[in-house]
Amino acid sequence: MADTPLLHLQKVRKVFPGVLALDEVDFSARRGEIHAIMGENGAGKSTLIKVLTGAYPRDGGRMLLDGAEISPRSPQEAQRLGISTVYQEVNLIPSLSVAENIFLGRQPTRWGRIDWRKIRRCSQAALERLDLSIDVGRQLSSYSIAIQQMVAIARAIDISARLLILDEPTSSLDANEVQRLFAVMRKLRDEGMAIIFVSHFLDQIYAVTDRITVLRNGRLIGEYPTAQLSRQDLIARMMGRELADLDVQLQQEKSGDEASRDQRLFPSPGTPGEGQGGGRVPAPAPSPALPRSTGGGSKKPSSTFSDTQSILQARGLGRTGSIQPFDLQISAGEVIGLAGLLGSGRSEMARLLFGIDVADSGDIEIGGRKLIFRHPRQAIALGLAFCPEDRKTSGIIPELSIRENIVLALQARGGLFKSLSRSRQDEIATGYIKALGIVTPSAEQSIANLSGGNQQKAILARWLAADPRLLILDEPTRGIDVGAKAEIQKLVLSLCRQGTAIVFISSELEEVVRVSDRVLVLRDRALVGQLRGAAISEQAIMQTIAQDRPAEVAQ
Amino acid sequence: MSEQNTLEYAATAPAFGRLHLWGKLLWPALALAILLAIDGICIRGFFSVSIVQGRLTGTLVDIFRYGAPVTVLSVGMTFVLATGGVDLSVGAIMALAGAIAAKAAMPASLNGMGMSPGAGIAIALLVSVLAGMWNGMSVAWLGMQPIVATLVLMVAGRGIARLCIGAANVPLSGTIWTALHNPHLTLPTAPIIVLVVAIIAGLLTRATSIGLFIEALGGNPVASRYAGVRVGLITFMVYVFCGLCAGIAGIISSADVMIANASSTGMYMELDAILAVVIGGTALTGGRFSLIGSLIGALLIQTLQTTLIYKVPIQQTLVIKAIVVLAVCLLQSAEFRRKSVAVCARIGLSRTRKAAAQVAS
Repeated sequence: MADTPLLHLQKVRKVFPGVLALDEVDFSARRGEIHAIMGENGAGKSTLIKVLTGAYPRDGGRMLLDGAEISPRSPQEAQRLGISTVYQEVNLIPSLSVAENIFLGRQPTRWGRIDWRKIRRCSQAALERLDLSIDVGRQLSSYSIAIQQMVAIARAIDISARLLILDEPTSSLDANEVQRLFAVMRKLRDEGMAIIFVSHFLDQIYAVTDRITVLRNGRLIGEYPTAQLSRQDLIARMMGRELADLDVQLQQEKSGDEASRDQRLFPSPGTPGEGQGGGRVPAPAPSPALPRSTGGGSKKPSSTFSDTQSILQARGLGRTGSIQPFDLQISAGEVIGLAGLLGSGRSEMARLLFGIDVADSGDIEIGGRKLIFRHPRQAIALGLAFCPEDRKTSGIIPELSIRENIVLALQARGGLFKSLSRSRQDEIATGYIKALGIVTPSAEQSIANLSGGNQQKAILARWLAADPRLLILDEPTRGIDVGAKAEIQKLVLSLCRQGTAIVFISSELEEVVRVSDRVLVLRDRALVGQLRGAAISEQAIMQTIAQDRPAEVAQ
Repeated sequence: MSEQNTLEYAATAPAFGRLHLWGKLLWPALALAILLAIDGICIRGFFSVSIVQGRLTGTLVDIFRYGAPVTVLSVGMTFVLATGGVDLSVGAIMALAGAIAAKAAMPASLNGMGMSPGAGIAIALLVSVLAGMWNGMSVAWLGMQPIVATLVLMVAGRGIARLCIGAANVPLSGTIWTALHNPHLTLPTAPIIVLVVAIIAGLLTRATSIGLFIEALGGNPVASRYAGVRVGLITFMVYVFCGLCAGIAGIISSADVMIANASSTGMYMELDAILAVVIGGTALTGGRFSLIGSLIGALLIQTLQTTLIYKVPIQQTLVIKAIVVLAVCLLQSAEFRRKSVAVCARIGLSRTRKAAAQVAS
């Protein structure tokens, strides 16, 4: 449309202690265009968004809105200027009505009293603009997340409608809801609005955006029309390397060929893990190999683990209202994928296995004992570990340092009065920071300063340090970028090589297929089928979900 | 290469830790220093310490001595606040401890139990621990909100104390009380007791992993539970220790005046203790705690109190105390510092502009 972009950033800089988060980044958003910002974790996407919305002040550069320089100092100020943001987590108040949410903080008044009729009418109109007609008098929390998201968008564009920023809006939506959101986005775009879209889903980026800006390590890599940038090119630019290599490597790792797999995963043999009780310490010196790596050659092939060494057996384990009774046997060195739609009971299964929820039927047999876990501590004592789905609310402890976050589980298992020496803690923390490639200037940094992927790695390190026999990973790659995703998948495979059993939960079928030896398929809070070995494919999983009756597809 | 990294890390890590610690302690320490400086200038002989009749005397000694109850309270309160809780009952537990000690030592003819004063004190401390256990149980296992759970004892504790010894002053006697009150040592007893309690508390939390668990629990209880931290037990222990500290404070406070009084002992002390901890840099929302910060905070409060007694008419003391506390809290707020710097800069800028304009014209 117009030649001057609606929003134009010139050489914007943002510095955090020890980190140059944005290094002279240029960015422009044009009217009538959906613009994606892509980059790995720590590339500067979130920082850029926060500078745009005034949540962070910029340390340098210019920001022009319609040719006039602006410096919003708060999201509210940015909103007054016409820049509205809808975040991943819906920032509305669940206990208020839809209409109240749309007009919260700017209620129209009449004779000094709130004009409820106008609020109802206007919020209905705002929603109709998104082709949504719902009862605006109902409580917001009575609607699905997707509707809540729409309400958030309706509120944002009702307040000011020039530039709309959607930060990971699709991460909790199902496919239909995503399509609906896209329809709304296209409609708004055609009305001349500029939309910035941040998402980790490549398909969605290609489905809906017109232009892509790629960031890496705080620098601008380039701006491309979506139609002219192939996926390979995009990924290569995001990662600064060729994804193809990584892909082949993962495929080979999965498909056997033990010797060469060892060589790839453990390029040079690390020193065998020392220390028996106090948690293994990563080999400090030469290779970037995994902490627990025992040298490549001496490793037993994984077939000796599977089938023979049962780690855990659940019989009829279930909980009313959470998940129907299921049987599950997990062997050493096995990767079990849990697949199913959102709300199918994947996380619920994990919570039962780890003792967060207490089962009301069945039992777990582990280490020759039959019991049900009443507390995660019981599960941990028997060698289980759990990386929860939501690392912000139930994974990290934001006030504490990376070191303290990493040693927490190990210390907790040691009891109240036993404490690892500081040098030992430093050794463990720095070892894992190096081994997992956590990007931080120091182990003493607050974990809250890390990007999402690095936080996830730190939580993984917490459990690796405790040396579990069974590691449950609930959406370990959600909200993190392609590179970190591949690293975590690789980590999963190398752990199972060492005899750790893994329960791997993910919404991305492709990922489940890639890493699992066995896939449990869930639907409507029940286990409906199992796939093994060669039978595992995205197609088969989807068929199993779609099937009417439970199925057991053997190899 | 990797070795070099490790070395670099080893060099930076402790420095980081120290920097972090000082960042938090800087403002309360600065406020204390300023207050002491003002006192040194305004009050003659403020810093002079002498030995009179074999005992150390002077204003500074008084601050340590009369500040002992609030200091020991703030030690216990630090951990409670660090878990994200609060204990409002410590003032009442102080009164209860004094009352129980007095009651136990009263002769049977006066409705007492006729025990030795030492045994009385022991029982008083035991009751304080029981009170702490009650609080801890309510919060950790009955799921009550800390402010509500401890409010119960805040009211009931003083009530029980009243039941024991009535509303009157009960004089305390016996060598152990005299030793606490007016020792034959050069140093006053109360600060030494406080120091011992603080050191034990420091060792208990920092030499074990309990401190880490407290901070983890205060920072994110859900994540702590998932990581295997004994969330309930830690919460319970923290309130028990706080109860014990309150008992000790009650004994010290009663020994100060050699009287047990169910109404006046420990009145409003819970608020001073919370204030001391917050001034010391531990957030009410829980998480990181600083025991040294709390000690500085308690000293600050007592120094202020002492200053006010010397210099300010009695009817003004509370208002002035509030103003000083507000100033310290503002100093601590990064937001306030940032804004005031910005305001100063703007004023400076407009002055420079005016000056420039004058020069130009």
